[in-house]
Amino acid sequence: MNKKVYFSNFFAFLFLISSSLFAQEKHTDSTATSAIVEAKTGEEDAPEKGEMTEAFNPGKMMMEHIADEHEWHFATSGHTHYSIPLPCIVWNKGGLTTFSSNRFKNEHHEEIPYEGLKLEEGKIVAEDGSFVLDLSITKNVASLLISFTLLLIIFFIVAKSYKERVGKAPKGLQAAFEPLIIFIRDEVAKTNIGEKHYRRFVPYLLTVFFFILFNNMLGLLPGSANVTGNIAITLVLAIISFFVTNLNGTKTYWGHIFAMPGVPKWLLILLTPVEIIGVFMKPISLMIRLFANITAGHLILLSLIALIFIFKSIGVAFIAVPFSVFMNLIELLVAFLQAYIFTVLTSTYIGAAVEEAHH
Amino acid sequence: MLVSILEPALGLIIWQVVIFGVLFFILAKFAWKPIMASLQEREQSIDDALSLAAKTRQEMTDLKAGNEKLIGEARAERDRLLKEAKEAGDSMIAQAKADAQKVGAEEIEKARAAFNQERINAVAALRKETAKLSLEIAEKVLRNQLSDPKAQESLVSSLLADAKLN
Repeated sequence: MNKKVYFSNFFAFLFLISSSLFAQEKHTDSTATSAIVEAKTGEEDAPEKGEMTEAFNPGKMMMEHIADEHEWHFATSGHTHYSIPLPCIVWNKGGLTTFSSNRFKNEHHEEIPYEGLKLEEGKIVAEDGSFVLDLSITKNVASLLISFTLLLIIFFIVAKSYKERVGKAPKGLQAAFEPLIIFIRDEVAKTNIGEKHYRRFVPYLLTVFFFILFNNMLGLLPGSANVTGNIAITLVLAIISFFVTNLNGTKTYWGHIFAMPGVPKWLLILLTPVEIIGVFMKPISLMIRLFANITAGHLILLSLIALIFIFKSIGVAFIAVPFSVFMNLIELLVAFLQAYIFTVLTSTYIGAAVEEAHH
Repeated sequence: MLVSILEPALGLIIWQVVIFGVLFFILAKFAWKPIMASLQEREQSIDDALSLAAKTRQEMTDLKAGNEKLIGEARAERDRLLKEAKEAGDSMIAQAKADAQKVGAEEIEKARAAFNQERINAVAALRKETAKLSLEIAEKVLRNQLSDPKAQESLVSSLLADAKLN
């Protein structure tokens, strides 16, 4: 399992590097910010068609698919953009303004400023450089709200079946989710936290597991947002896990951090800083692991699709499509695996924090 | 672009805190709590049912063992009764046999005694009769042949010869 995680992390790293190279290359010769950059190539097929051809920048395309945006963009065909505008909520100069993200576009789909605000690489900034708090319902926030609703509907139905079918065998949705719920409770919470304390952490672990799982799965749908592959989302999850762990730390836990028992005093000068760094490294690793794994998966899929456009040949699709189907299947596994890993690691951190002295 | 995906957006952080927080509290209160409670309840009832089944099975085994013991006891009792009855019968038959033999012997003895008595009586009566007959003969002889002594003597001797009965 660990091998697999490192493998995807390695890929994530590889693709991040390669993508950044693509992106930098583009910056030098183009000022346009849309995914499909219009430019005159003046080479091979341009004279035949006698029209503007669009140079394809895979790095930029992939990054834009991974990043958050202010409209929900599904597809672009020629000059027609299929996208849903999303509401922008902006706090600037002591006032809250609400408007549609359409206001940033003119009729030619070019980016324009609106009321002293403008889009800069997908971010809303003030033209005069003043502080802007962007509380817009971005693609990720909209996707979060969808998964939020989905989670509530599904688990309300499940909870209802539990109330109605007391003492009976599970059925339907309840039967589908019961193994997962029991698995998280018994194999994750009880095993890692211990018989005595696990009960009060089960709701958090279940919420985290299903939140990550649902968002991972939703992220695999075509045209969907990359929620769990966004560092802000994983940052919040990791910070919550950090607080849940450390606010429940026992005397033994803090004792092990600041003065490891059974270690010579002089060694503590070395060991205590390491332990303190460890306290912060745990949530950081949680944050990066989830973000990188999900982003890596999306990048691999996008790279395979991008190959078709890079080679400008439909023939490549016969290789790229089966590969991306295969990768999608792997991503399904990763969606489960990463939700599980995040939950298991959180539970082991909590387990270490609530552990009683047993020396 | 690389920096932008590694840089957490403040707005998204705020939304995520709010959405995840609300999700957690709603799910914890209205989903996980009843689900956990009824899972535990169901597991408890399954445990109870299993332990009851085990208890019942144990009771059944005990009962079966008890039954077998009772059957064994009854069988032993029957054997004992049969044996006793047989013994009683045997002893009664033996007793009866002994009694019958005893009574028979007594009867034979009695018969024998009576017979002996009868014989003695008969002999005595015969003696008496013989003596009487002798006297009658003697009387007749005396009456008929007292004139002729020779004839008297021959008569006496012949009579005596006849009277030698015993």
